[in-house]
Amino acid sequence: MQALIKMINSMDHKKIGSLFIVLGLISLLIGLFFGSIGGLQYILPPFLKEQLAFQKTRPLHVYLVINFIFSTAAGCIYYFLPSATGRKLYSVKIGIIQFSLQLFILLIIVSFFFAGKFSGREYLEFPPWISLIILSSWILFMINFFKSIPLSFNHSPVYMWSWSTGLIFYFITMTEAHLWLLPYFNNNIVRDLTVQWKALGSMVGAWNMLVYGTSMFVMESISGDKTINKSKTAFFFYFLGLTNLMFNWGHHTYIVPSSHIVKDVSFIISMTELLILGKIIYNFRKSYIEAKLKYHHLPFRLLSFADGWIFLNLVLAIIISVPAINLYTHGTHITVAHAMGATIGINTMLLLGSVFFILDEMNEVMMERLKKYFSFAIVLLNISLLIFWVSLIGSGIAKSIDMQQKDLFAVIMDHLKPYFSVFTGAGIFVMTALFMILIPIFKTFFLYISGIKNKRLI
Amino acid sequence: MFISYISYTAWVYTDGTDTASVMSLQEQAGKSIYQKNNCTSCHQLFGMGGFLGPELTTVISDKNRGPVYARTFLQYGGARMPNFHFSKEEVDDVIAFLEYVDHNASTYKNDK
Repeated sequence: MQALIKMINSMDHKKIGSLFIVLGLISLLIGLFFGSIGGLQYILPPFLKEQLAFQKTRPLHVYLVINFIFSTAAGCIYYFLPSATGRKLYSVKIGIIQFSLQLFILLIIVSFFFAGKFSGREYLEFPPWISLIILSSWILFMINFFKSIPLSFNHSPVYMWSWSTGLIFYFITMTEAHLWLLPYFNNNIVRDLTVQWKALGSMVGAWNMLVYGTSMFVMESISGDKTINKSKTAFFFYFLGLTNLMFNWGHHTYIVPSSHIVKDVSFIISMTELLILGKIIYNFRKSYIEAKLKYHHLPFRLLSFADGWIFLNLVLAIIISVPAINLYTHGTHITVAHAMGATIGINTMLLLGSVFFILDEMNEVMMERLKKYFSFAIVLLNISLLIFWVSLIGSGIAKSIDMQQKDLFAVIMDHLKPYFSVFTGAGIFVMTALFMILIPIFKTFFLYISGIKNKRLI
Repeated sequence: MFISYISYTAWVYTDGTDTASVMSLQEQAGKSIYQKNNCTSCHQLFGMGGFLGPELTTVISDKNRGPVYARTFLQYGGARMPNFHFSKEEVDDVIAFLEYVDHNASTYKNDK
């Protein structure tokens, strides 16, 4: 107990950030574990059907992976914010309270899922009252963030805008996602589903703003070029991203019988968002060649892989945004490939890039010593993920063909078994590679947070 | 830009989505059962939901499936679907909800 009190008293913005990052990375590992169980349930339908049905493994997987993105992004923001602003963090206490709430939310949601208590809403399947605690925790984050930054945004780099936008829009979209509690929305299926897609689509845009902002800060720190994030190009792409966040969600609703204007608007704007970061990373790479090439090798490698995933997802996103193609791809695993490519492929590589940047600062010796090990694990992760992604697309194409032939669902699922086997196997390799990457990372963060100095451990 | 977003949002909340009938009390009860049991994990309505089970938007009017097919799975489960031990009244409510969804699935019937 005394050790805990001592640890709390020694907290600063970097340690709070580290706590959030560890929470996020643990969520990722557990989320992948439940994802693997879900994958096995595709191949072996009776597997844990009554004890831990897919009805539970899927929300556990989805919630934990989303929590990984939010917690790790929040952690990176806490870690970097004073360096980005040149000012002290407004309140360490608020950070500790927010972290405690976040941990409580995670435990309570996982418990409710195990107990089979659901709201039944896609991606937000926990009972709606828990969202009040989530929003309270987010308000604390917003207070801490906005009180820590300068009042004027006039000369702020683009990542400050990006973080601010992500924070505000997460609050708006999380609130909007609960409008179904009002009969006006709930009792009209078209309104309910359209608003749900709207809220969730923009929420993804909000977390992308948090993740991309963090990556932009890391890129600036690595290259040492402070003009990148104040350039007109960076702001042009920021506003393009904001437009996407607000208006491009409609490409999910082509099949919902809402007004055709919703579909037209989203089709026009659709999916330029991924171009934004691709362009910025491309610019960064040019300046990076002149920068500290050796020292920041691993963060750069991760950002480069993210670049590749952006390209692949951009191609897929454009294809499925064409209404005539969307008609055949919706309801298939091509949609899952799009979501997985974006969350694991892009967001995970970007967040791990930021985490490795922090680790370089925290423990340069260990990072240098384990460079080959990490490089191998990162390559394994990306190859496994590519196989996983391709098998999802293959499964989607095969399902679409079967659906056109009006095959029965059981027959379709039987045809798809080889694809399911490949994506489950590849998913287990993704999990293994991430385990390899994260175990030494946990050790380093543990030593840092607890303040233990033991060179043998590292 | 923010004003455009607010205006667009207001339009989406009203005229942009004013294209479906309003649910009856029984259909609302069916929707509530559908949500409480997290059916969306495995089934889709209008493209939203998981893929382990079949799409249910037009399950009622589908010639190969229909209400009897849906009722059987709701009562007994299936190879992938657990038995939820629904009462007859609950099954009726879910069927009523699925009929409502099917009735409003104009895009499916025009495009396919």
